[in-house]
Amino acid sequence: MTQLENALLELMQEDCRLSLEKLAVMTGASCEEVAETIDRLEQEHVILRYAPTINWDKTDRERVEAMIEVRVLPQRDMGFDAVAKRIYGFDEVKSVYLMSGSYDLLVLVEAPTLKQLALFVSEKLSTLETVTGTATSFVLKRYKEDGVVFEETKTDNRLVISP
Amino acid sequence: MSDVNYQRYLNRAIAAVPPSGIRRFFDLASTMKGVISLGVGEPDFVTPYHIRQAAIDSLLNGETSYTPNRGLLELREEISLYLDGRFGVKYDPATEMTVTVGASEAIDTALRVILEPGDEVLIPEPSYVSYSPSVIFAGGTPVGVLTRAEKEFRLQAEDVRRAITPRTKALILPYPNNPTGAVMEREDLEAIAEVVREHELLVLSDEIYAELRYGGHQHTAFATLEGMKPYTLTINCMSKSFAMTGWRVGYICGPAELITVINKIHQYAILCAPRQGQAAAIEALRAGRLNGYEDVERMRESYDRRRRLMVEGFRAMGLPCFEPKGAFYVFPSIEKTGLSSEEFCQRLLTEKKVACVPGTAFAPCGEGHIRCSYATGIDKLNIALERMEQFIKALA
Repeated sequence: MTQLENALLELMQEDCRLSLEKLAVMTGASCEEVAETIDRLEQEHVILRYAPTINWDKTDRERVEAMIEVRVLPQRDMGFDAVAKRIYGFDEVKSVYLMSGSYDLLVLVEAPTLKQLALFVSEKLSTLETVTGTATSFVLKRYKEDGVVFEETKTDNRLVISP
Repeated sequence: MSDVNYQRYLNRAIAAVPPSGIRRFFDLASTMKGVISLGVGEPDFVTPYHIRQAAIDSLLNGETSYTPNRGLLELREEISLYLDGRFGVKYDPATEMTVTVGASEAIDTALRVILEPGDEVLIPEPSYVSYSPSVIFAGGTPVGVLTRAEKEFRLQAEDVRRAITPRTKALILPYPNNPTGAVMEREDLEAIAEVVREHELLVLSDEIYAELRYGGHQHTAFATLEGMKPYTLTINCMSKSFAMTGWRVGYICGPAELITVINKIHQYAILCAPRQGQAAAIEALRAGRLNGYEDVERMRESYDRRRRLMVEGFRAMGLPCFEPKGAFYVFPSIEKTGLSSEEFCQRLLTEKKVACVPGTAFAPCGEGHIRCSYATGIDKLNIALERMEQFIKALA
């Protein structure tokens, strides 16, 4: 990663709506360089998408989330990747991580209702031939995600003007 | 209402010092809603977590007593390592430094130690609002030395030389500078050192913004210049570099003979800097020494991006703005608007809800300029710039 790439990623992670011109000014690069670098980062799949962090609890969308610890049998020649691919293919699955420790995959699942989520686990996930066991924990409350604290209202308690 | 005439109790010289020019804007801005303030003279970062944790641990350990007058030895040792490692200036923790309640106490005490009635202190202008009053409070006479936009507000040796009289005792050297963001390169300081040598001036080098330098500028500690250490009191603090303004921890380093007397006032008047502030400072400096000053570098990088944004923003709206290479202030010229600094800031605040500080708050020669701090979130800076642009367009 070049210094410019790092600087752009840091700035865009905070606010991906900053204009090319502002990004160029802040990094000391030209607009063309910034545009090229961002294009490259997109092509190389360093930047995957530009999406806001949403606190769904404040919306009227009904949803249930669960973290599922999954134990699987790794497959010959393909290790865990093949089964991970099977799992992340489901629309309900938001994230899948290969983990060290007492289980193999951590799967973050979202469904509109508890019943649908339970059905996903019992009918779709547990029935995969390579899955040997699951342990499901429901998310009760989100405090912080991707570095953003959900409930905190940012207050600047500095004096409005100081010498 | 009391019948007592309190005027008869007041020291006239002190009563005559006007309140800070910032005060009026503060009063006005604090009553308004939705104001974006570019008037804040402190970091927008919260003190890094591990530093706060160290203060909490100190409290939980029951460390609630006084510390030695000069500050905890462990802290003085860390300060000594910091100044040496970062700026190559060596001070003995036992005899050549005192930990103070912020750099402000260091300045006040140093001036009280050296000044007698009629003694003159040279102060570059514009600069931080406290120097002149502190000189007056200490019984001395402040003498302003003008710095100019066309010289990027660097202090010129010939201007210093011209201001010297038989009563000149000391020179305050506040670089990187608040409010201009100006810095002094090594050769600029060499020229000043020449004058110091000729006239045997004492230099109060206020280097609290030394870590906040940009665009390849290297900070030179005045005491590292050849022959200057015996003539220098180096003042620094945790506030700006480590985002620790509210902790009130600063320090003053210099020749043992002077520090002993500074410590005498400090011992009688203050006793010691706050204990938990000292505990936090130890953690800040120790961790920094071990991890390459990661926190400081991260914050500096962030300020630097915002600095570019602001300079470019002002230039784009046609306000001349020299590139500041230190601190976190931009000092654009608003002369072409035809408004005075005061009027400009007043109208900008009431019409567009953006608070800046008029250059005149820092000296009469600050007329035609405004101080804008970029220690505020990028989103807010962008909105402030937009509002200012609208304001300027409406004036034209």
